[in-house]
Amino acid sequence: MHVHAYEKLWLALAIVLILLLIGSVTYGAVGPGIAMVADSQDPVDPQALDEDDRFAEPRVEQVGEDEYAAYVEAYQFGFDPDPIVVPEHSTVTFYVTSPDVIHGFQVVGTNANTMVVPGEVAEITVEVTEPKEYGVICNEYCGSAHHAMEGTFEVVSEEEYEEWLDENQDGDDTEGGAADEDGEEGEDA
Amino acid sequence: MSAELEAEPTFVDKFPEEARIIRAAMWGSFLALTLGAIFGIIQTLHRTGLARPFSSVDYYTFLTAHGVFLVISFTIFFLVGLFTWAVVRSLDRPLLNTKITWTWYGMMAVGMTMTGISILAGFTSRIDMSADVLFTFYAPLQAHPLFYTGLVVFIIGTWVAGADWFRTWLAWRDENPGERIPLQTFMVLTTMIMWYIATLAIAASVLLFLLPWSLGLIESVNPTLTRTLFWFFGHPVVYFWLMPAYMLWYTVLPKIAGGRLFSDPLARVVFVLFLLLSTPVGIHHQYLDPGIAEGFKFISMTNTMFLLLPSLLTAFTVVASVEYGARRRGGTGIFGWLRALPWRNPAFTGMMLAGLMFAAGGFSGMINAGLNINYMIHNTIWVPGHFHLTVGTAVALTFMAGAYWLWPQLTNRPLYSPQIGLAQVVLWFIGMALMSNAMHAQGLLGVPRRTAEPEYAGFEYPMAFGGFEELNLQLAIGGTILFVSTVLFIANIVITSWSPKASGLARPLPPALSGPEDAPKVLDNLRLWVGIALVLVFLAYALPLAGIISNSGVFGTGAGTYPVWIDVPTAVAERALAVVTGVTATLVNAVTGVFTL
Repeated sequence: MHVHAYEKLWLALAIVLILLLIGSVTYGAVGPGIAMVADSQDPVDPQALDEDDRFAEPRVEQVGEDEYAAYVEAYQFGFDPDPIVVPEHSTVTFYVTSPDVIHGFQVVGTNANTMVVPGEVAEITVEVTEPKEYGVICNEYCGSAHHAMEGTFEVVSEEEYEEWLDENQDGDDTEGGAADEDGEEGEDA
Repeated sequence: MSAELEAEPTFVDKFPEEARIIRAAMWGSFLALTLGAIFGIIQTLHRTGLARPFSSVDYYTFLTAHGVFLVISFTIFFLVGLFTWAVVRSLDRPLLNTKITWTWYGMMAVGMTMTGISILAGFTSRIDMSADVLFTFYAPLQAHPLFYTGLVVFIIGTWVAGADWFRTWLAWRDENPGERIPLQTFMVLTTMIMWYIATLAIAASVLLFLLPWSLGLIESVNPTLTRTLFWFFGHPVVYFWLMPAYMLWYTVLPKIAGGRLFSDPLARVVFVLFLLLSTPVGIHHQYLDPGIAEGFKFISMTNTMFLLLPSLLTAFTVVASVEYGARRRGGTGIFGWLRALPWRNPAFTGMMLAGLMFAAGGFSGMINAGLNINYMIHNTIWVPGHFHLTVGTAVALTFMAGAYWLWPQLTNRPLYSPQIGLAQVVLWFIGMALMSNAMHAQGLLGVPRRTAEPEYAGFEYPMAFGGFEELNLQLAIGGTILFVSTVLFIANIVITSWSPKASGLARPLPPALSGPEDAPKVLDNLRLWVGIALVLVFLAYALPLAGIISNSGVFGTGAGTYPVWIDVPTAVAERALAVVTGVTATLVNAVTGVFTL
């Protein structure tokens, strides 16, 4: 088979490009440490979330120094808790599931983005810095009011976070469970 | 001797019955394009907030119809027409039995009509039926059973079409022992093998899970499993759209440019690579799915990157073939030869612009394929921005340009207006450049895809590349230009079909510069490629599927149904049985027809 010299050169360059692209993804994974949403969490019965430790009470919970876990339910057509509040300069891990259909969970303008599949629990970890309020949207079509499905993710200062906790956590607040503050931009998932 | 007698016979002169079937398939395609364009302009204006005459609930019905009619009906009806032409033309023999051909055409038409009715019924509450599930029909969103049944009938129709072409090729092989498979037939056969492998998954998903579930026979499905089976099919289907365009770029474009294909062997290599690589990559649509382990996503990513190779090779070969044509027409210089090309010919300019757009689509595709950078753009409007460059331009514009070239040979009627044709393809390019650019830019702001109202109460999008509103305007202008372009195309074809007949419209295709005799024999060993393709699919999918099932079970962990279409299993069992029996009977008839006739 005759292959023109220029075509051989082109072929070589194409393979170099492909290897560079694969290399850049690999670097993203091992360098900055961008992990993929995966099957790290046990599946749940989507119609019995109230029997699951993680989702019986959707909430934000402090799990370490500057580390927070947000257990979020994405449902037709909203998010719980809403708002999701965390303090500035913290690491936030979102655990997101759905009691009904497939949804999306995206902190708008950041790379905090995942599919939300009933029966599965999506886990993404992000780092938040300065106080800021973000929009949270469902980015997978989920039914007739899909466009109305939104929430907020608030990253607040330490003081505001304390205030927020006082207001929302005392008494028999079963609704929000642990309080949280606000969140911020997704760094890696 | 009259001029008519001297003129070389056109395709329709030589194969009138085949030409009739091809025209019927293409009319189906153009009807779908017309409907898709009408829904498209409604969506463009609704989404951007410029005009919302319909409710946002109806938007999703329009969106489902736009997707299904364009990516299933428009593309695949054109494909079966073009492939029938390519097989008959390159083998230079008629189909074995056109009754089979009309049978598959009928199945595809009936199937698509069933699915179409189930979608369009969503516009009225008087009929208790809808299928607002978009073209991906992710469970647990449920469509009416008619939606799934129609899809199955349509896909079985395409299987019979493939069998029709294979049988015709086998007959030709008996008549021409030892000859190489003609290039266009080779392209058809390899593409169809890919299609058979890919559609197995969607057939399994629909027949084992979605259809029984919509009939109330099983209670729930595993959403990750049906989604994975969809994308097992959903990625190769993009190459199913693209391969007919590649066929036109390889075999017709060089001829219109005044030359001939550079290398027949490399064209074969490219089609074999697509056969091998286009299926074991579907998980790249599921990078952000919980329930699939990270390692499988990484494997899918590397396979996806290697899939760039055949497209990069194509870019070289097609450009080289066109340059060869330009130089034969007297073109000179490093880039000066570009001036010698037939830019006034809408078929040429349309395909060249389509190829240019495909390069742009390839770049945004590399971003999509990049496992980690994909977080930024997953499910944003960037993604439809990307595929309106690929299927919406590389494929659609090539099909329209190809129609300008082919339609006269199928009808013996010259194209009504090449000038309008030229304006049409240029308008498509401009309209898509605006619309797609705005979509990519909005995607980077985080604007989601698949939504009736992308403006939200609780936050504002960040500013970049112009604000959200500005980009909306650009998007709407682009979409409107595209609608006008579609109207011009359809009008040109319709008027052509009523124009007086003429002679001398035949456009024979020259053989390649480096012909099939230079191609290693192994390339024509289809069994070998089928075997390797199956092994690759097994390697890419066996473990992920096993993982999904062992995680959450074959029927999932108890997901519900939204909405419930048919709720009383016993009452429906009979009806379901009737449907299954009907489909089986049709299938058995079709298959026995294939093997006995």
